[in-house]
Amino acid sequence: MKKRKLTYREAIRECLFEQLNKDKKVILLGEDIGLYGGAHRVTEGLLEQFGSKRIYDTPISELGFVGMAVGAAMTGLRPIVDIQFSDFLTLPMDQIVNQAAKVHYMYGGQLSVPLVIRTPSGAGTGAASQHSQSLEAWFAHVPGLKVVQPSNAYDAKGLLHEAVEDENPVIFFEHKLLYNQASHVPNTYYKIPFGQANVLQEGDDVTVVATGVMVSRVLEAAKELSSYISVEVIDPRTLVPLDMATIIKSVEKTGKLIVVHEAVERYGIGAEIVSQVVERAFDALTCAPLRLAGEAVPIPNNKELERFAIPQVGAIVEAIKSIHTI
Amino acid sequence: MDINLALNMYEMMVKIRAFEEEVMRSSEAKLFHGTTHLYIGQEAVATGVCAHLSDEDYITSTHRSHGHAIAKGLDVDKVMAEIFGKRGGSCKGKGGSMHIADSKRGHLGSNGVVAANIPIAVGAALTLKLEEKSNVVVCFFGDGAINEGAFHEAMNLAAIWSLPIIFVCENNGYGMSTKISDVTNLEQLKEVAKSYNMTSYAVDGNDLEAVYVLSDQVISEVREGSGPVFIESRTYRYAGHSRSDQQVYRSKDEVIAWKDRDPIALFEEKLQGLGVSQIDLLKIRSKVKENVDQALVFAMNSEEPSLEELKTDLYAERVD
Repeated sequence: MKKRKLTYREAIRECLFEQLNKDKKVILLGEDIGLYGGAHRVTEGLLEQFGSKRIYDTPISELGFVGMAVGAAMTGLRPIVDIQFSDFLTLPMDQIVNQAAKVHYMYGGQLSVPLVIRTPSGAGTGAASQHSQSLEAWFAHVPGLKVVQPSNAYDAKGLLHEAVEDENPVIFFEHKLLYNQASHVPNTYYKIPFGQANVLQEGDDVTVVATGVMVSRVLEAAKELSSYISVEVIDPRTLVPLDMATIIKSVEKTGKLIVVHEAVERYGIGAEIVSQVVERAFDALTCAPLRLAGEAVPIPNNKELERFAIPQVGAIVEAIKSIHTI
Repeated sequence: MDINLALNMYEMMVKIRAFEEEVMRSSEAKLFHGTTHLYIGQEAVATGVCAHLSDEDYITSTHRSHGHAIAKGLDVDKVMAEIFGKRGGSCKGKGGSMHIADSKRGHLGSNGVVAANIPIAVGAALTLKLEEKSNVVVCFFGDGAINEGAFHEAMNLAAIWSLPIIFVCENNGYGMSTKISDVTNLEQLKEVAKSYNMTSYAVDGNDLEAVYVLSDQVISEVREGSGPVFIESRTYRYAGHSRSDQQVYRSKDEVIAWKDRDPIALFEEKLQGLGVSQIDLLKIRSKVKENVDQALVFAMNSEEPSLEELKTDLYAERVD
């Protein structure tokens, strides 16, 4: 039987549908998520199916409705918030960082915040500086949050189910360039546990860890080099918790590590992953690890400048070749 | 007013006062670590409002939190131990003076960020509305909070969705050192609610009976589905903003003038008018003092959290 394919967008929508259907405590809050179907059309049809007591079209008040979602989560609901662009996470930052992340701990474990904030990040759409950033490392730095970054439709559905059923605040970073990408997605309910990296391709020569939209670019680069370099490609899937064991195991085999991500390189997750490998598996490394990530600039509007600001397949190919020849 | 109810509320006010005076003494004696923000002078507000709430009604509170917690029914032992950072505290010593909560008493937490508790309170009200309960949320905040975006966004959200919440603005005249009249053009803070087409009232926050009567009416209406209401409760804090405050921004005469309208003294006059004797009042004050002394002993004797507890309660576990 032919396996059913769904786009990343449809996979997320199917998960939302399944959660709304199975748990009355699940509600959706966000701007234009009702009739309009969401800025990226992820929530299309959900208002019609579940009504305005489950699907809330909010005013343009990110701080207000994220705060509401925190309070609703503390009192028994399971809100899923839609933030149109991850750049706008700057607006409800107090509610995410000072409230949601800390409620369980600072109140001694009495209260919890089972909240999911879904938001698309990333460049490549010509939307320029304020609609193109990748800010996931900010949130990975805050104790009390979990951070998820699905790179394909199958993972998006399974990770989102896990996120909605988690008792903690989860920041769920989607990617705008992935919404139309299709892959096999079962039409049944399934969950992907947090903290389990996905080894997308096994290889012996170089370990490449990649996140978000970089995963497909790394796979493309690895394919291009497959005649003479055997690349192992790992997608951590969740940044918090982070599955270092799978990464270290791979580096122990290959001795060579590259981390590729779209977010700005300095102080980014590449720094974290490389540090942990150096601290825990230094002897396994046969050369210095490498990071390939976003330039430390705002994303420009010009198409070529935008492309140049973040890793493309060509640069990934060159990086793999360079570390392979050391 | 029913005499037993009046005596209970009197007891609550003097309990909060005695508790805060003990916190002040303990702070000066450096018996605990960290700052505090005292509620002395504002007791009638929390007392008069919370008298109408059950454990199934929610509150959220501010950095000036002890009075709200006690009025909402938290055990003074646990509140004192929390201020002392002890394991026996309401939050196991991890929250401290500004982060007191008790889920069993419907206290969703006091908050160290001005106005941050307001959207959270509105979210709790959404839960109550969705679950079709007749319970309400009371959100306490100070005059300083009305210039935060979180306040305005939350007021609007509560209004458009007609949520069961009472916004209680305790106007004590100052946001830390800044006079409220220097930072708003509103003649009365209750006028802010007009922007959201929300019903609002102003009340003398030092007059317990006035607070009680207005809250009775408002909370009943909100329980019956009136939608949100804003109450400006005018009052004054006697102590400085926090432990370090030198109080250079206000005159001694101003403080004395407010102390002449002390909420406890004013209510004592009313009680005496109702035939309550000085001895009866003294008995209540003695009983309360014993409670607070006991809370201090409890806090001092309560264990320190173990170092392993640094990393507990960071993430909640799923309970299936």
